[in-house]
Amino acid sequence: MKRMKLVMVGNGMAGVRTLEELLKIAPDLYEITVFGAEPYANYNRILLSPVLAGEQTIKDIMLNDVDWYEKNGITLHLNKKISRIDRKNRTVHAEDGTSAAYDRLILATGSNPFLLPVPGNDLQGVISFRDIHDVDAMVDASAKYKHAVIIGGGLLGLEAANGLKLRGMDVTVVHLSDSLMERQLDPVASTMLQKSLEEKGLNFLMGKQTEQLIGKDGRVVAVRFKDGSEVPADLVVMAVGIRPNTTLAESAGIHCNRGIVVNDTMQTFDPRIYAIGECVSHRGTAYGLVAPLFEMAKVCANHLAEYGIGRYTGSVTSTKLKVTGIELFSAGDYMGSEDTENLLLSDPKGGLYKKLVLKDNKLVGAVLYGESEDGNWYFKLMREGTDISALRNRLLFGETHLGDAGHGGQSKAAAMKDTDQVCDCNGVSKGDIVKAIVTKGLFTLDDVKLHTKAAASCGSCTGLCEQILSHTLGGEYSAPESKPMCKCTDHTHDQVRAAIREQKLTSIPDVMSTLGWKRSDGCPSCRPALNYYLISTWPSVAKDDYQSRFINERAHGNIQKDGTYSVIPRLWGGSVDVGQLRAIADAAEKFNVPEVKLTGGQRIDMLGVKKEDLPAMWGFLADRGLVSGHAYGKALRTVKTCVGSDWCRFGVQDSTQMGIDLEEMTWGSWTPHKYKMAVSGCPRNCAEATIKDFGVVGIDSGWELHVGGNGGVKVRATDLLCRVTTREEVLEYAAAFMQIYREEARYLERTAPWVERVGLAYIKSRMLDDAEGRAAAYQRFLESQEIYKFDPWAERAKGVDRHEFTPLKVVAG
Amino acid sequence: MNIVAKKVAMNEEWIEVGVVSDIPKDGARVVKTPLGDIAVFRNMQDEIFALRDKCPHKGGPLSQGIIYGKTVACPLHNWSIALETGIAVAPDEGCAASFPIRMEGEKVFLSLTPNEGYPVK
Repeated sequence: MKRMKLVMVGNGMAGVRTLEELLKIAPDLYEITVFGAEPYANYNRILLSPVLAGEQTIKDIMLNDVDWYEKNGITLHLNKKISRIDRKNRTVHAEDGTSAAYDRLILATGSNPFLLPVPGNDLQGVISFRDIHDVDAMVDASAKYKHAVIIGGGLLGLEAANGLKLRGMDVTVVHLSDSLMERQLDPVASTMLQKSLEEKGLNFLMGKQTEQLIGKDGRVVAVRFKDGSEVPADLVVMAVGIRPNTTLAESAGIHCNRGIVVNDTMQTFDPRIYAIGECVSHRGTAYGLVAPLFEMAKVCANHLAEYGIGRYTGSVTSTKLKVTGIELFSAGDYMGSEDTENLLLSDPKGGLYKKLVLKDNKLVGAVLYGESEDGNWYFKLMREGTDISALRNRLLFGETHLGDAGHGGQSKAAAMKDTDQVCDCNGVSKGDIVKAIVTKGLFTLDDVKLHTKAAASCGSCTGLCEQILSHTLGGEYSAPESKPMCKCTDHTHDQVRAAIREQKLTSIPDVMSTLGWKRSDGCPSCRPALNYYLISTWPSVAKDDYQSRFINERAHGNIQKDGTYSVIPRLWGGSVDVGQLRAIADAAEKFNVPEVKLTGGQRIDMLGVKKEDLPAMWGFLADRGLVSGHAYGKALRTVKTCVGSDWCRFGVQDSTQMGIDLEEMTWGSWTPHKYKMAVSGCPRNCAEATIKDFGVVGIDSGWELHVGGNGGVKVRATDLLCRVTTREEVLEYAAAFMQIYREEARYLERTAPWVERVGLAYIKSRMLDDAEGRAAAYQRFLESQEIYKFDPWAERAKGVDRHEFTPLKVVAG
Repeated sequence: MNIVAKKVAMNEEWIEVGVVSDIPKDGARVVKTPLGDIAVFRNMQDEIFALRDKCPHKGGPLSQGIIYGKTVACPLHNWSIALETGIAVAPDEGCAASFPIRMEGEKVFLSLTPNEGYPVK
C-alpha cells in the first residue's frame, strides 16, 4: 500500500513527540520528512538551564539523535529553514531551495524569544535564552567577561541568572514590575524568593524599564533605563517572554491569533495542516510548558493515524523553578478572583509560604514557597476535582500520613544526596533516577518506573520520585489530567466502568471491540481490571474470565518466591475451636508442610505447599469443616475481633459475634482491592478497627462505624462515618459501604485512597443522607453474594479446574 | 526481532505431551522433566510455545503468569517475556530458554533440546 507523505516543519520536542506517538500506533502509514532550522537533532530544551549551570552537558540532553531518525526511516534535513508553503500544490520550500511534497503537514515552528525593541538590541553580546547556540554564547562570555545583565525576572530569566552566577559572572536581574515572577507568584512569595536569590549573590533592579543598550566597538557595555540610571553589562540576556512563531503560517494564509489557531484535534483551518507545540493557540491559550504540548502530541498523532478518537481540551499547568536550593511551586489559578477563597500559611522568618485557592470546596490553585514537596498532591487534588471539605483544616499542612514505611523518613527529595536510596524495594538511589531522567529523556512517573524500577513495587517512594521529576524537569513534569487504564487504551478506569454499565457490555471481547482496544488481547493491567468491572457490574450475567485473573486467584493460594503456595483456611472472626486447630495440625503433618505461622489477620498459615498437593489438602480441610480464607485475593480477607462483652471486663458489646456475623455475610465477595474489617468491643479498640477498610467499635449505646483506614505502606486512620444502635444496622451499613466501594472504586484502589479521592462528604451523602440508596446497595450486595459466596476449595477438591494443578506430562529421568 | 533458528538434531526425540485443548487459551501447562520444568503456552490464536518455566529475573514460574498477545507476564514481579523467543521485553534484560514445538493435527510434540543459542539447563 502506498504510504502517504507527512512533512514536519520544525524539529523540537513537541513535534518529535508527535512523531514518536504516531510511530507507536501507525508505523507504516506515512513516509516522514522533517525540516529543522537548527543544526542539532531533537534535544531537551528544558534542560538548557542545567547545561548553562554546568550540571549537565549537551550530549546528556539529546532526546533523539540522528540515528533515531535513520532507524525509523525518517528523512531529516537539518539547518534548513522552510520559507514558503504552497498549499495549493501541497509542497514546502526551504531557503536553500530544497522542497518536499506533503499529504499532511505538521507545523511545529515553536516560539521566538521576544527581543525588546530598544536601540542597541543588535549589538554583540545581546542574546536570548532559547537554544544551544545561546547557551554556547553565554558559556563563552562567562569565561571572558564580567558583568551579566538579565532582562526579565521570570522563570527563564532567573534560571539564566543562576547559571551565569555559577559560572562566575557578576549577575544583575532587571525586572519591569516590582514583583518577581508575577505570572506565577503573588507579592509575598515574590519577596521571599527575591531574598533567597539575593543571598545566593544575585543583584536585582526592580521596577526598571530598559530604554537603550549602549555599545562600544560593536559590543554591548551598559544598559540604560528610562529613569536615567545605567548599569554596566558585557552580556545582556533578554528573557522577557516568548511569542509563537507564526510567520510561516501567516505567509501561507493560515489563520493565526497570537499563535497558529488549532481545534481540539490540532488541525488548522486547512485540515491537511496540523500545528503542534509552542507555536499554537488552542482555545485562546498558547502554552509555554512541555506537559500540555505532550498531551497535544498524543492527540495529533491519534488523528494523523486516522483513529480520530482523541481530543485535546486544554491543560491545567504547574511550574517549578529549577534553581538548586530554592523550593518554589505554583499551579492552576494561583491568583484567585471574587468567587474564590484563600487558605494561607505564612512564616517569613522560617522561609515558608503556602497559598491554596479554593472554589466551591475544590482546590483550583496553589503557590508553595520554601517547601514544595506537597505540590504534586495539591496538583492531583486539583485535577481530580476532589471535594476537600473534610480535609479543610489540615489541607495546608500537606499530605500527612501517620507513618510511612520504606523510605527512611525522607520526604524532601531535594535534601537527599545522590547516593541516598529512594526506592528501598529495588535499591534505586536518587542519583540513579536523575541520571535516567536526563540521559533517557524521561518525563513521567511511569517512565521512571519502567526504566529504573523505582516506585514499581510497593509504591511508598512515589512521592519522592515525583519530587525528583519535578525538580529535574521544572514544571515540565506533569501527570496527565486523567490517566488511561493502560497502554491498550486512552480511556480511563472511570470511563470504562461507565461504558460497561451504560452500554451493557458483558464480556472482555465486548469491551475491547466496543471501546477500540489497541491490543486485542489486552495486557496484565487491563484484563484483570476489566474482569473485575464486568463481574461487579453484572454479577448474574458476566462470566468470570479465569485466564484474566492473577495466579493467586486462579490457584486460590498465595504464590511464594519458590513457586510453592501458602494455605490459610478461614477462621471466622478470628475465633477457633479445638477441632479446627487439630484439622490444621493434621493437614500440616499429612502434607509435610515446611512452616506453619500465625497471620496478622488472626489466622493460621501453612507455607510451602506444592501446587499439585493443593486440591488434596483442600479436600482434607473441607472434610473437617474448613473453607478458603481468600487470603490471596482482591476480596474480603478477614474480620479481626477482640473478645468484647463475652469475657472482657471492659467490653460493652459482643464484638466476636458481630465479627463472625460480618464475615459470614461478606466472605467470597470480590473487591477492587483486598478488604479488611475489624470489630472492637469497646473504644479501647484492641482489634485495631481504626486502620481497617471498615472498622466497627462497640460503644455503650451501640456501634461506631469507621471507613477508609489502612495499616500498610501508608498508614491511614479511618474517618468516622456514623454511630448506629443495632447489629442489623451494622450489617446493613457494612454491606452498603462495601457495595458502593465495589461499584465505584477503581481496580487496585484500596478504600483509603478512594475515600480521599472522592471525599468523605460524598461517602456520607451516599451512606447517611440517602437511606433508600443505602438499603438498595445492601440488597445488591446480598444478591451478588448469592452467586459468589461459595468455597472455591471444596469445588477444586472435587476436581474443578484440575488442569491448574496437574502437570501436562511428567517425563521420566 | 530475530527469531532464534530452530535446529533440532536428526536423532532428537519428540515427546508427545498432549493435545491443544489440554492447554487453556491464554494459558499454560507444565511438563516436568529431569532437567526442570518446561512451560507450554497456548495464546488466543492457538499458537503453542514452550519455554523453560523459570523467569530470568528471579526464577519465577512463567507457566503461572498472565498471557497476552505473544507475551507472558511473570507472576512474581511482572516481567514480560516474549513467548516466541523467551527474551524479556525491554528495558528488562534476560531470557528463558525456548524449546521447539511440533504439531501433528491437534497433538503437541515437544523437544527437550532447547533452541539454538540457549543453554541446556
